[in-house]
Amino acid sequence: MSYQRYCLICRSSKCNKFSNSIGENFKEILKEKELKESVKVVFTECFGLCNKGPIVKIMPDNTVYTGVMPMDVREIVEKHLIKGEKIERLIHQENKPKQIKIVLRNCGFIDPENIEEYIEKDGYMALAKVLKMSRTDLINEIKLSGLRGRGGGGFPTGLKWEYAYNAKGDEKYVVCNADEGDPGAFMDRSVLEGDPHSVIEGMAICGYAIGAKKGLVYIRAEYPLAVKRLAKAINDAREYGFLGNNILGTDFSFDIEIKYGAGAFVCGEETALIKSMEGERGEPTSKPPFPAEAGYWGKPTNVNNVETLANIPVIINKGANWFNKIGTEKSKGTKVFALAGKINNVGLIEVPMGITLREIIFDIGGGIKDGKKFKAVQTGGPSGGCLTEKDLDTPIDYDTLLTKGSMMGSGGMIVMDEDDCMVAVAKFYLEFTVDESCGKCTPCRVGNKRLYEMLEKVTSGKASMEDLEKIKLLSNVIKDTALCGLGQTAPNPVLSTITNFWDEYLAHVRNKKCPSGQCKELITYTINKDKCVGCTACLRVCPVYAISGKVREPHVIDQEKCIKCGACYTTCKFNAIEKK
Amino acid sequence: MRIKSIEDLLEIKKNILNKRKNEENMIIIKVSLATCGIAAGGKHIKEYIIKKMNDEGIKNYIIKDVGCMGYCYLEPTIEVMLPGYQPVVFGRLDKEKIDEIFEKYINRHEIVDGIVPINYNTI
Amino acid sequence: MEKCKLVIDGKEIEVEKGTTILEAAKRLNIKIPTLCHLDLHDIKMVNKAASCRVCVVEIEGRKNLAPSCATPVSDGMVVKTNSIRALNARKVVLELLLSDHPKECLTCAKSGECELQNLAEEFAIRKIDFEGEMSEYRKDYSPSIIRDMDKCVMCRRCETMCNEVQTVGVLSAINRGFDSVVATFFEKNLEDTTCTYCGQCVAVCPTGALTEVDYSWDVITAISNPEKIVIVQTAPAIRAALGEEFGLEPGTPVTGKMVAALRKLGFDYIFDTDFAADLTIVEEASEFLDRLNRYLNGDKSVRLPILTSCCPAWVKFFEHHFPELIDIPSTAKSPQQMFGAIAKSYFAEILNVPREKIVVVSVMPCLAKKYEAKREEFKVNGNPDVDISITTRELARLIKQANIDFLALPDEDFDRPLGESTGAGVIFGVTGGVIEAAVRTAYEFYTGKELRDVEFRQLRSDEGIRTAFVNFGGFELNIGIAYDLGNARKLLEEIKTGKSTYHAIEIMACPGGCIGGGGQPYHHGNLDIIRARARAIYHEDRHKEIRKSHKNPYIIELYEKYLGKPLGEKSHKLLHTHYFKKVLY
Repeated sequence: MSYQRYCLICRSSKCNKFSNSIGENFKEILKEKELKESVKVVFTECFGLCNKGPIVKIMPDNTVYTGVMPMDVREIVEKHLIKGEKIERLIHQENKPKQIKIVLRNCGFIDPENIEEYIEKDGYMALAKVLKMSRTDLINEIKLSGLRGRGGGGFPTGLKWEYAYNAKGDEKYVVCNADEGDPGAFMDRSVLEGDPHSVIEGMAICGYAIGAKKGLVYIRAEYPLAVKRLAKAINDAREYGFLGNNILGTDFSFDIEIKYGAGAFVCGEETALIKSMEGERGEPTSKPPFPAEAGYWGKPTNVNNVETLANIPVIINKGANWFNKIGTEKSKGTKVFALAGKINNVGLIEVPMGITLREIIFDIGGGIKDGKKFKAVQTGGPSGGCLTEKDLDTPIDYDTLLTKGSMMGSGGMIVMDEDDCMVAVAKFYLEFTVDESCGKCTPCRVGNKRLYEMLEKVTSGKASMEDLEKIKLLSNVIKDTALCGLGQTAPNPVLSTITNFWDEYLAHVRNKKCPSGQCKELITYTINKDKCVGCTACLRVCPVYAISGKVREPHVIDQEKCIKCGACYTTCKFNAIEKK
Repeated sequence: MRIKSIEDLLEIKKNILNKRKNEENMIIIKVSLATCGIAAGGKHIKEYIIKKMNDEGIKNYIIKDVGCMGYCYLEPTIEVMLPGYQPVVFGRLDKEKIDEIFEKYINRHEIVDGIVPINYNTI
Repeated sequence: MEKCKLVIDGKEIEVEKGTTILEAAKRLNIKIPTLCHLDLHDIKMVNKAASCRVCVVEIEGRKNLAPSCATPVSDGMVVKTNSIRALNARKVVLELLLSDHPKECLTCAKSGECELQNLAEEFAIRKIDFEGEMSEYRKDYSPSIIRDMDKCVMCRRCETMCNEVQTVGVLSAINRGFDSVVATFFEKNLEDTTCTYCGQCVAVCPTGALTEVDYSWDVITAISNPEKIVIVQTAPAIRAALGEEFGLEPGTPVTGKMVAALRKLGFDYIFDTDFAADLTIVEEASEFLDRLNRYLNGDKSVRLPILTSCCPAWVKFFEHHFPELIDIPSTAKSPQQMFGAIAKSYFAEILNVPREKIVVVSVMPCLAKKYEAKREEFKVNGNPDVDISITTRELARLIKQANIDFLALPDEDFDRPLGESTGAGVIFGVTGGVIEAAVRTAYEFYTGKELRDVEFRQLRSDEGIRTAFVNFGGFELNIGIAYDLGNARKLLEEIKTGKSTYHAIEIMACPGGCIGGGGQPYHHGNLDIIRARARAIYHEDRHKEIRKSHKNPYIIELYEKYLGKPLGEKSHKLLHTHYFKKVLY
């Protein structure tokens, strides 16, 4: 027996505060009106409208009510459920979801290991269409779409293809950069695990456009499932005749080989990637010459990111003029972001360019975890910068993010709340870049290391104001002189946090204090003698015997000996230990 | 099965769509088995669903592996499409929840707690 | 050739497309400082790393500073090489390099010749703002080369030289980031690798990371020992380059002064390796003709071509890489070793002393000679034929330490009997010289006729790999000549695959021959210096009375009184050797 109607109440994140009482009210009033047998109250996960919460949806009417308070329940039952009248003041005005799944169109819908499911969803129709076009028309279509590189550079894809097309030589290559190295980014992994054929089709179309017969996917070995699914997809594509000789009965031949990364972030940089594929040390080389002119084995090579290539079949099938209506003036289409950090709805989202940060974090993302206060969001991984509260209404696109001192990057978005120390965040990213630097050029090899050492001084309370000036100076020189993107953008988190959170740096340097309580060396543990009962529990766990005191008398921590491990803090059952 | 021309491709697509029509009476369950799903126990959930199908004697179902649906914070997730109904996504699954889904949703089309509303457009 | 017009520091210039900003600036007499850059395109070595970032310049319209050594010009480019931004960046980059460099200038072997030291001085670095962790590596001592990677600036010149020019492949960067360093296979010591000790890495290293093992104090110790008779032999290449260490123009021959300086240093006998070079020619030409005749008469046990074997780096190279061809090179020892053998046998008999009383010191342009002197097969009962081998640079240091005013010395002569040499012996120092010397003798041995014109110009060239033909009275001799081991490898591959049509091949491991050796005064990237040295060598040859090795009266006397005949039993025992197959890993 099924119910006639359902009241769906969102119990996620922000809505959670009221969902229980709304639910209780519904159940009570429905019982009162004897509707309990025909209307069911169901709690759901996030609707993605958290800013407008609490949310209630009536099915099968498909009506979404926003800002519903427990006291509105009676009106909803009496007017809507009984009389069939919608409550205008509560109705959700723009009933358009904020996400548009273009790149992720098939992810989560089709079986990635079954090529027929891909064909069912118009798979390889774009390739078929393209083989009837001239190569210049094809490239113009991509140019018209306004698609820009999704790996972070944001270079116009159509233009990149045109360079490779114009380059002299009859041996050309298409390379797919699947060496997703940014910490916290998993967009490319999901695309390769969920819809590998879209990338294969994109590569084949690119091969046709520039005149390449061979494609290579450089995928990081830390993605075994993606590798497995991609390898199967390539095999299936070959079997069905979408790869190999005389594709679809034309004289276009194209095949794809998989090359594995070996754990080097720097090999995500296109020239280092090419060197790595050639079997040499993965170090970037000077540009020019650009890969489009001389890349893999010195031949014209086009390197594109996974997400960029996944967009190509859609652009061909639906047309460039459909695609370039989405997004902003200079940044067209959608972008896949991997939301992570102190946010409720951690996951993969795909939004049109131009959406604001506020919508991403507070609507789709469900707001900050545990009701804490938003502090900053890091975009672009170790190459990017922080956007703060004042930037929440910034439309997201390539150029605007650059003006804010950050960058789009590959799509990683790490959300930080009031408990995160921004200096520690900058130090964390710099630690990553120092570890991943290839070591070829002086500014990155030595400069970033020195920058990191200076940040360590800051977080351990040993820095001076002069050190802060040195940090700024060195960061700018490294940005100006490093050989590749890794080195050039490594100081970005530092500069961005210095600009936006100068007061935190000052607190670390002048007051030797960490306002968020994260930097261990700057934390002071003291015992509040009014709360201490003298149970000796902390005394016994202290590894350096820094606590003294007799039973039933307030204990004292010797600050000279204290190594700030926090064991006493976690042990005390009386909240007598204060952490500052 | 080599596709030698565009006509072949259209033919194959037509056949696939026809096959799909024959599945109109089947319960189609899609289990999100990307890395996040597997890490959260997606494979065990899939096994359990198959076991339950056998126990309940349900034979008109298809169970598929799919990629990431994007709800990483709710993994393991599945999508259940009953014949004649829109597909519904369920998250934060465990054995009890699966039992409840079988008892209430698959048996009686009664929506249960924990469904995930669709918050995107697709093309 | 397409041209580009650009403006550098306000001055306009037109250059060919593909020229770098650094090159274009040089033509305007604007000298942009560089460190890792090294352009030796004549020997096919261009270090393209662009890794030091010292040469950065500001280009209008470009967001970042650009490395001028690696950035090609474009039409309409506007470049500023000394804007405040560029100057500040250069200074910071240098400070960063110095912050990870040992501050040991006072005791460093490269002090005074170090490119990093020069830059620090040029930029007036008085304080290093960015102190921090410093790289520390184990020092690697081999018979010839010391690797002190603490002083490495990761310019990658040594790697480029060893991999691309010499194709020996011993050096490569390992690890990542701050820990990255240029190292050997599994960080083994050099002496456990296939390193040939050619010393070209030492010749191009800008800092004190790669230097030679200095045996000069051992020489002083030997000289001051009254029990020992210390003999010195000097290679042909020394006399053409030693003057550079004292401020003379490259290519000034200083033979007379060199002998005078050695005498002042206190050596008992000043002899000449060129004498032994003449000896080598007599033996090797005889061996060559013997093999050639047997080969032409159908003897299948004999293989051609014959390869010269006086270069120890080259010998070690083919022992590792072409062990299957081990019977092809000439069995004649190198002049250094022949000299040592004769000095401690023939000359010891003349002096009536046991061989242990004699100390043979050789002055060589070469680092591999230090290793060669230590090879086991060149010892008799544990006593080496050549005791100590020092380089041109070490000799210069010795002369300066002994406060000898080199420039004021008068010209003096070598001692006899082991100091007299012909023009053929002198030209050993240049590429093509060994084979030319051999041909001068072989011609007369083969045809029985007198050779009128001793200069075989077709064998002379500064090209790295070349073919030449010599007419032996009707028989056309096909000769291959190569310097740099990469070129040698090409010729050897041809032999291996059976495609070689040469009768004789001369190989030198160093650019231009021994005059470009790893122990010569540093050329700092200027290959014209090597060309000037070559001219000095040929000049010496032209001014010698006797220019054919077999006409050297002292050589004739040596055979008559002691050795018997070339390839005879005694000659074979003292003057010939054999080779050992060596592994690659």
